[in-house]
Amino acid sequence: RRTNTISLGRCFTTSNTDKTMNILDGTVDRNSDQYKDNIKSMNNDLEVLNQRIEKIRLGGGAKALEKHAARGKLLPRQRIESLIDPGSSFLEFSQLAGFNMYGEDVPAGGIITGIGKIHGQECVIVANDSTVKGGSYFPITIKKHLRAQEIAQENNLPCIYMVDSAGANLPRQSEVFPDKDHFGRIFFNQANMSAKGIPQIAVVMGSCTAGGAYVPAMSDESVIVKGNGTIFLGGPPLVKAATGEVVSAEELGGADLHCRTSGVTDHYARNDQEALAITRRIVANFNRQKANSVVIEKSVEPLFPAHELRGIAPSDLKKSFDIRKVIARIVDGSKFDEFKELYGTTLVTGFARVYGMPVGIVANNGILFSESALKGSHFIELCNQRGIPLLFLQNITGFMVGKAYESKGIAKDGAKLVNAVATTRVPKITVVIGGSFGAGNYGMCGRAYSPRFMYMWPNARIGVMGGEQAANVLAQIQKDNMAREGKQWTPEEENTFKKPISDKYEQEASPYFASARLWDDGVIDPADTRKVIGLSLSAALNQPIESLPKGYGVFRIVKKKI
Amino acid sequence: STASNIKPITKVLIANRGEIACRVMQTAKKKGVKTVAVFSEADKNSLHVTMADESYHIGPPAAKESYLRGDKIIEVAKRSGAQAIHPGYGFLSENADFADLCEKEGLIFIGPPSSAIKAMGSKSASKDIMIAAGVPTIPGYHGEAQDMATLKREAAKIGYPVLIKAVMGGGGKGMRIVEREEDLEQGVESSQREAAASFGDSRVLVEKYLVHPRHVEIQVFADKHGNCVHLFERDCSVQRRHQKIIEEAPAPHLSPELRQKMGSAAVAAAKAVGYVGAGTVEFILSQDGSFYFMEMNTRLQVEHPITEMITKQDLVEWQLKVAESQTLPLQQSDLAIHGHAFEARIYAENPDSDFLPGTGKLVHLSTPTPNSTLRVETGVRQGDEVSVYYDPMIAKLVVWDQDREKALRYLRNALDEYHIIGLNTNIGFLKRLSSHPSFEKGEVETGFIPIHKESLMRPQEPINADGVCLASLSLLLRENQEQSNIAAAQDQTNSPWSQITNFRVNSNFSRTIKFVQKDQKIDVPVTFNHRDNTYTFVVDGKKILVRDAKLNPANDTISAHVGDVFYNNVKTVPVKNYLHIFNQGNHYELEIPADFTPKGDGDAVGSLLSPMPGKITKILAKVGDVVKKGQPILLMEAMKMEHTIRSPIDGKVESLPYDLNEIVEEKKVLAVIV
Repeated sequence: RRTNTISLGRCFTTSNTDKTMNILDGTVDRNSDQYKDNIKSMNNDLEVLNQRIEKIRLGGGAKALEKHAARGKLLPRQRIESLIDPGSSFLEFSQLAGFNMYGEDVPAGGIITGIGKIHGQECVIVANDSTVKGGSYFPITIKKHLRAQEIAQENNLPCIYMVDSAGANLPRQSEVFPDKDHFGRIFFNQANMSAKGIPQIAVVMGSCTAGGAYVPAMSDESVIVKGNGTIFLGGPPLVKAATGEVVSAEELGGADLHCRTSGVTDHYARNDQEALAITRRIVANFNRQKANSVVIEKSVEPLFPAHELRGIAPSDLKKSFDIRKVIARIVDGSKFDEFKELYGTTLVTGFARVYGMPVGIVANNGILFSESALKGSHFIELCNQRGIPLLFLQNITGFMVGKAYESKGIAKDGAKLVNAVATTRVPKITVVIGGSFGAGNYGMCGRAYSPRFMYMWPNARIGVMGGEQAANVLAQIQKDNMAREGKQWTPEEENTFKKPISDKYEQEASPYFASARLWDDGVIDPADTRKVIGLSLSAALNQPIESLPKGYGVFRIVKKKI
Repeated sequence: STASNIKPITKVLIANRGEIACRVMQTAKKKGVKTVAVFSEADKNSLHVTMADESYHIGPPAAKESYLRGDKIIEVAKRSGAQAIHPGYGFLSENADFADLCEKEGLIFIGPPSSAIKAMGSKSASKDIMIAAGVPTIPGYHGEAQDMATLKREAAKIGYPVLIKAVMGGGGKGMRIVEREEDLEQGVESSQREAAASFGDSRVLVEKYLVHPRHVEIQVFADKHGNCVHLFERDCSVQRRHQKIIEEAPAPHLSPELRQKMGSAAVAAAKAVGYVGAGTVEFILSQDGSFYFMEMNTRLQVEHPITEMITKQDLVEWQLKVAESQTLPLQQSDLAIHGHAFEARIYAENPDSDFLPGTGKLVHLSTPTPNSTLRVETGVRQGDEVSVYYDPMIAKLVVWDQDREKALRYLRNALDEYHIIGLNTNIGFLKRLSSHPSFEKGEVETGFIPIHKESLMRPQEPINADGVCLASLSLLLRENQEQSNIAAAQDQTNSPWSQITNFRVNSNFSRTIKFVQKDQKIDVPVTFNHRDNTYTFVVDGKKILVRDAKLNPANDTISAHVGDVFYNNVKTVPVKNYLHIFNQGNHYELEIPADFTPKGDGDAVGSLLSPMPGKITKILAKVGDVVKKGQPILLMEAMKMEHTIRSPIDGKVESLPYDLNEIVEEKKVLAVIV
């Protein structure tokens, strides 16, 4: 009988195979020309980045800092340091906001935003920098404030507003006051978040004038600093002009008035430090429990050093490299369970963990074809189905073009990817590690697809297409027009025509141009990618995944043979 | 002795507290003897109470209502069935009436007969007995005749130099040292003048003046069968406030001949009073080798352990045997000196203010690890209180090694490992004392501390740069540790927010850590590099790189590479707003200044803060009183000084939170006036 000969024992060669079979080979040749070129270029990029950030971190200049300190006020970054848990991290957003945008310096857009931990609780912190133009709201200040609120709302994070602002930037009132995503939206968001049970806390450490008065007034709880914090709808000059009444700012809206008489604020602090200590106590009483939507395992560091990402990040976006070398330096234990490894190979998909949290990774490894788009759609649906957050590693020049591909319906397949990316319920995080061009930006979860967080490496470029391509396309159209008129173009004329176009594209594709306009949440050192993703993903998990609609079930996308 | 004479002790009551009670119980337990402790209200949770097989409450904290209540103690002994009472030292140990009472009640008093206690209790009587027994006593003239001729004659008999003292004297008034006969007349006259002015009595006495004398005492032991031996000497010369703080055995630079002579004299002294049990004969030893009887202590001494260490004997065990009427365990010829032992007494006191005794809680206490050559004799644990009611001695640190040099080195190292926070101690002083070159050379004498005052009292040097780094580092590491504790409590250990410390986007975490050391501000800017986990501290304008920093929360130590030096297991303990750091034998206390005073502590208009810890001695206003600016509100006694707390404004007393005689901490609101 056959049953006598069948072994019922396990058939693996070793019992550990399934624990080690998914470890990526992350080795890179550090002596290769490409690695060396990349490192050289990245180090230059990082030097520029660090210099710029260093300057931005100083705020509004020596004179303003002096004046600020003379009032016994802490700087916004010092306030944040005192507010967050000692020893904990601060995930700051959009340090480059407003960079080179206004013909005058508005460091960090005049407002510091980020996520910090307070009594173990991840919170969004918004701090006006009154050393920058009195903390007044430029258009980019509004955008950054609203983006911080968006992060809070999407990720279910409490908000702490450290208010120290002159209010709307009056010369730019038309760009900051009337529209949907202008000043008024701040209070709309506060009201709606509060309604959802997302705590809104204001710490009044300077002026809160006119509209600004609504920040503390719309908050769940508020703290005010004696001597420096003031809240009023109309300040002393306006009062005098309107009614002739002469009154000091402290009398009109200081801590004593608002804590003892008006009741606008709830807690009285004698200095910034005390205000922040009170705020920490307020957070300690939130009674909020972080959602537990995913199965978290013990975190393991990657097997390959993070700093080597600086040599892997392409300085020349035309040069190809294996995206798995990047993944091996980001994920726990460099372990990656690849999905559909042999199909649609220009898109790499698979499961991994970052600080013990599960992620589904969608990473470019070349240009997008129909197969890669279909594979991406399938994988996103898997993650959507299982409630696994998605990480997009973007390095994409676009979808393949040409008759053969159009005829195979690449637009239709690309649409499936875009559809899946747009509708998935799971949190998405996007890191642009190289190019972000054309429809590739959409399919790979660009800003318009609401990734919870989006970051760029300093070597990254973003645009509807590359500068050279754009110049060529526009030159071709021009040439065709001229040909119709029977005119000829000398190569010199063509170059003169193309140069400004490619220059403009190059400039606008720069991560500084992008980050200044908040097309992302910040430019980061590739070596910090794992940490930034980890902190962001953890913050995102404050919003329970189960609470979000699941959409449709998994279906296989059948490709018609031609 | 025959077996029938022996009265076995199977249960002993220890009529004492603290380390000596623990010490006696240790031997009793070793010998299988049951132990009975007695305790006052203040000692209800003390170590000796928890150590005993049975413990009995005998009264309120004051000794005269508890540990000095012989009647109560005898009652407890009977109730518990103890056959013997060990009095320890102090309290009832040299109380002849108590010894008699024990005998009357059929209890064995572990000590000499009351007659011996009485004989040695009187200075003049004991001196006469000693003279009769041929034991040398200090030559002197105490006669009534005050004429110069008599004084001159007596002084010549005594031998120069002599000391002239006022009969009614005290505090050095009227005291003159006369080196030569020709100076005597002048010395006597000025002494008499001063004595008359100070005490209204011009009479003087003349005594032998000893130059650089030493205090050397002999341990003796006698049984009830007429045997008496000595267990060599202890040198206890180094004293402050007339109390010993460091003792050693054997005495340095003592010849075997002199040792033999002093030992025989001590045995003769004991025999002269029919002594039984453990006793100590104290001699004053002159630099020329002459020695004189001072007094006999009829009990086990505080410093007995050093004798035990060099003789390899257990003196409490000897006491028990003698009390049981057994013969002495060893003959004189069986006894020999092995190696050298030191005892350092650790006191709650402040060497900087004339060794003023202190009290308080032992907030942090860690000692060197005891072994066969290192003893920590103590009656307190971490968290215990050194109270006002009893002796402020915290512990005795006893070490032994083959010779004096090694033993002294051992003592210094052990003192380095003795860490106490919460009250002032003399540990730092003992370290300076034990490393003093003259002490190292064994040049001990009773005037050692006053003579070397300058070098012994030098103020602590400010903490060095590496120390500042370690102190700052310990705060940062503790913050991280606290975060991981919170993360664990919140089930967030795996969260990157718990695992990634001090990450900053495109920059490094930096801040300035602030300390105050003796009114000196120390600001330490620090930057943390989250990529390689290194810290850069700036101390005195110099950058110091710190790598591989680790905190061991189990024993409060940190280890780190600071510049090119590796520091291993440096203890740092935060207590309230102070950081204590024990590094390389130094104990530094750094204040961590607060960013703001917590609410209620002084912000209310017109609130009055206590200037220092102290006691409310008088309350001069009532709540509701209308007071004027400058009007006294209450009196407070602090650091032996009375402070008047006055109203800062014209106003009304809104609150007086403390009652009369209440003890108040520093910076507490004593009154609010609005």
